[in-house]
Amino acid sequence: MTRRPRRERRKDPRDGGVATGFGSVTDGVANLTVKEPGRFFALVLDTFRATFKWPFQWREFIQQAWFIVSVTVVPTALVAIPFGAILSLQIGGLIRQLGAQSFTGATAVVAIVREASPLVTALLIAGAAGSAMCADLGARKIREEIDAMEVLGINPLHRLVVPRMFACAFVGLFLNGLVSVVGIGGGYVFNVMLQGGTPGAYLASFNAAAQLPDLIQAEIKAFVFGITAALVAAYKGLGAKGGPKGVGDAVNQTVVITFMLLFLENFLISALYFQFVPQKGM
Amino acid sequence: MGVEIRVEGLTKAFGRQTIWADVSLTLPAGEISVLLGPSGTGKSVFLKTLVGLLKPESGHIWIGDRDLPRLSEHLLYETRKLFGVLFQDGALFGSMNLYDNIAFPLREHTKKSESEVRRIVMEKIDMVGLVGAEGKLPGEISGGMRKRAGLARALVLDPEIILFDEPDSGLDPVRTAYLNQLIVDLNAQIGATFLIVTHDINTARTVPDNIGLLFRRELIMFGPREMLLSSEEPVVRQFLNARRHGPIGMSEEKDVSELEAEAKLGHDPGQLPPIPPQLMPTDGGVRRSQSPPGSWLKAHGVQPPPGSFIDDLGRDWVQEWPRHVASRTPVAGAQPSMGGPGR
Repeated sequence: MTRRPRRERRKDPRDGGVATGFGSVTDGVANLTVKEPGRFFALVLDTFRATFKWPFQWREFIQQAWFIVSVTVVPTALVAIPFGAILSLQIGGLIRQLGAQSFTGATAVVAIVREASPLVTALLIAGAAGSAMCADLGARKIREEIDAMEVLGINPLHRLVVPRMFACAFVGLFLNGLVSVVGIGGGYVFNVMLQGGTPGAYLASFNAAAQLPDLIQAEIKAFVFGITAALVAAYKGLGAKGGPKGVGDAVNQTVVITFMLLFLENFLISALYFQFVPQKGM
Repeated sequence: MGVEIRVEGLTKAFGRQTIWADVSLTLPAGEISVLLGPSGTGKSVFLKTLVGLLKPESGHIWIGDRDLPRLSEHLLYETRKLFGVLFQDGALFGSMNLYDNIAFPLREHTKKSESEVRRIVMEKIDMVGLVGAEGKLPGEISGGMRKRAGLARALVLDPEIILFDEPDSGLDPVRTAYLNQLIVDLNAQIGATFLIVTHDINTARTVPDNIGLLFRRELIMFGPREMLLSSEEPVVRQFLNARRHGPIGMSEEKDVSELEAEAKLGHDPGQLPPIPPQLMPTDGGVRRSQSPPGSWLKAHGVQPPPGSFIDDLGRDWVQEWPRHVASRTPVAGAQPSMGGPGR
């Protein structure tokens, strides 16, 4: 156990000047386009593998579902009311000029059930549930709670992420329904009470253009949104480093990335839906 | 009890930056080892690599016949049950009170009844001296209590290996002394293999059976406590005696020119300070893995610095040891007045 001969002070490869400047740019690009998505999909695969491990963490699932409900329900309802009202406002005038007042209900239902409610759900799932989840996991990560859990022989993906993912998707389903109901209610109130529309026309044309698959595709969207938001939050939260600021950054990135992904998924699912499900004729 | 860990040629890098390379050491079963090093030499990284939280670039970590970095995920989680780890700040789960924190591994891994869990948890809480605080949340207690609670949680699955990540950081000297005593008592009681990562020299000088020193991206030396404390090797000597004179500079290491200038000035490093006697368990017993004071020095013909192995009461432990052991053996625990040599 003797000491090796003393070496000359080693050059740090990072203080290489111009060449490393270029190197760090390519590193950054490679990181953004290959490594980050790669790590994200690795986490997604690991999480899906952990999903089929026994036992399912029911307790954590219920606690998390309740937690997500508590942070999302009120804002969801409050966002949904003006959404319905604004649709009535925008379309109500136009539809009156066309003399199609008997179809105001139809437009509201189509707009809200098909597009507005998945979007509002996406906003709330990403902005409220995803950010809260990421902050929680990130704080645990930097306090070394996650490491401690792994050392105790417990897989944090199985113990924490899987129940959160299903809780988020599960609550997403209900949020979507909530937005539909509240949005249509808001549209009704606005149309009938403020724009002088007739209740009968609004209600009678309810299913003139919309059909049951519209609701089903919206629910599928909400489920997929919930899964996506939870996975992004888990990825960013479990990758948080560098103290409290790292958690803040992770939350910020979670919200931005989740928004982009959810809007992309919304578009893709809508496109597929229109391809595969025949629409109702008027 | 206790499991041997053999580390062979372990290298860890983050990106292009090598943290340490080619580290080989054996943590003997049931002994207390300390890993020292200046700040930022990757001591905590070493500890995390040892439990498989970080993957080394190359090398092996043998625990029995299992090579930790190459285990499947399932086997890795199984193997980790052998470990208890005390993290720097305890790493307690912030949403649970101390009782639930300590009960957590039992509830997750065993099918024990709640009364059985209670018995085990209260036993560990008593062991670390936290009785009465079990209903508190981690945010409501002091750093020292958090560490002790983290220790209780690490102990609850009866680990064969216990790793301590800077048990003395952020604690006052008195609490550090208590914690060190607790570590020695624990080792005497459960006989697990201990590894303490620290840069507290007092801990390093009095607690362990073995000392290792990480510096300049490699393991400078690893061996019995007496070997390092009597070593004339400049880095070891500088660090274990907290001197400015030596190869370690303010920002990691000194330049060759700085060292030359130092040599020209002719600083004499002076004599080595005496080797303190090792901390003994509170009940005055002897740990199974403990070797008599001065045995390594004698075996290797090294003369200890004057004043070595003399405790606060002026007893010379080289002479005291055989008497002490003899007095312990016939009726264990029947000697009320025997105090340990420590401080």
